[in-house]
Amino acid sequence: MTISPNSQPLISLRGVHKSFGAFEVLRGIDMDICKGEVVAIIGPSGSGKSTILRTINGLTPVNKGTIKVGDITVSDPELDQVKLRHRVGMVFQQYNLFPHKTVLENVAMAPIQVLKQPRREVEDRAQKLLADMRLPDKANSYPGELSGGQQQRVAIARALCMEPEVILFDEVTAALDPEMVKEVLSAVRKVAEDGMTCILVTHEMGFAREAADHVYFTDKGVIVEHAPPAEFFSQASDPRTAEFLSKVL
Amino acid sequence: MTTSNLYLQILEWMPFVLQGFVMNILMSLLAIVIGTAVGTFLGLGQLSLNFTIGLPSKLLTQLFRNAPWLVLLFYCIFLMPYQVNIAGITIELPSWLRATIGFSFPVAANFSEIVRGAVKSVPRGQWEAAEALGYSRKATLFRIILPQCLTRMIPPWMNLYALLLTATPLSMIVGVEEALGRTQAAVQAQSDSRVLIPMYAALLAMFFLYTWPINRLSLVLERRFRTK
Repeated sequence: MTISPNSQPLISLRGVHKSFGAFEVLRGIDMDICKGEVVAIIGPSGSGKSTILRTINGLTPVNKGTIKVGDITVSDPELDQVKLRHRVGMVFQQYNLFPHKTVLENVAMAPIQVLKQPRREVEDRAQKLLADMRLPDKANSYPGELSGGQQQRVAIARALCMEPEVILFDEVTAALDPEMVKEVLSAVRKVAEDGMTCILVTHEMGFAREAADHVYFTDKGVIVEHAPPAEFFSQASDPRTAEFLSKVL
Repeated sequence: MTTSNLYLQILEWMPFVLQGFVMNILMSLLAIVIGTAVGTFLGLGQLSLNFTIGLPSKLLTQLFRNAPWLVLLFYCIFLMPYQVNIAGITIELPSWLRATIGFSFPVAANFSEIVRGAVKSVPRGQWEAAEALGYSRKATLFRIILPQCLTRMIPPWMNLYALLLTATPLSMIVGVEEALGRTQAAVQAQSDSRVLIPMYAALLAMFFLYTWPINRLSLVLERRFRTK
């Protein structure tokens, strides 16, 4: 049997709806993301971008629709949480490192405690990831001693150490001082270039244009349009996209 | 009688009062141990998503937090048996022990709120990050959240202890031989109205000298933990 790796999407969303009380955040989202693809989701604040990410790893349960990650159905009530979180990593806007643990512990603790992998092996991997993130000498520091950009790179290493198939990046540069945005974006780019499937919610249009394979534009809980970046940024077809781009570019 | 004689006379009664004060300390130490242990369970219970654990924990916490300490004390003194039989062994429950148990209830309820408040003070992002890494709610609480908020719980816990100690003279009303009761007895025995003020001043000094450093230390710790 020969199936090309791209014939079946790694992640698919079908008719995903989510409401918070009376407010409908997502009103029927369909997406297909293939292995190794880098997808950027852009759109105005409150358009549901972050909620889309959070439904993919089950942090936000959906009201309607199905989400699949490989053979896992996220909306399944019998969902194996650990299995899903093993496959889907996440990096947050506010880094959310554990302040009472060292950098190395932050990166290594979940694979050891949750996935029950051997400590030595995980710590070797964590050290290597910290070196990849250009933080080799910070292993024994505490998060509070690092800059925002450094903390965010630790958070990326922490997500990578779980050896996921996809990583969700939720506005990972939005809380950073301008001079640190670049170092974090180049870290994200490195992750993407190493073949990781990445879904980014971002306000960095330049980065979306350069690094993404596909750009989705969301507004008021729906996907208005999506296209490869070259096409998306040069010939947006929907007036809402054009209006948004005219504001941010 | 001269003033110096008066002071000597008061000084003679001091060991008697101090022995009573030892009882106050003993009751407060025992009550803080029991109250902290029970309060930990109540506080974690309040955080439970399970209705059958969460609701009773919240109810008990609110009940004992809002009840007057003296009323709880009366309940324990008059409703608890003088002795209990456990597997053929008779354990005496003297009034000081019953009073201590009475003090443990409000301490437990207040500590329950300290635990709940400390856990709630940890940013939501910590829970989300742990969840995204595959930690269960329970594992998140014990491995990630509680280790962070233990230090935040120490200053209010010390305040609670100081409050508890200053409440222990209430047990005099139910006949426990502690410092206030002994001071009163000593004043009566001397049948001299001039000793009244210095005797009670000495009693206040005992409580102050014991409690003040605790409150100071808790303030210092609070400041230190806040800047971290």
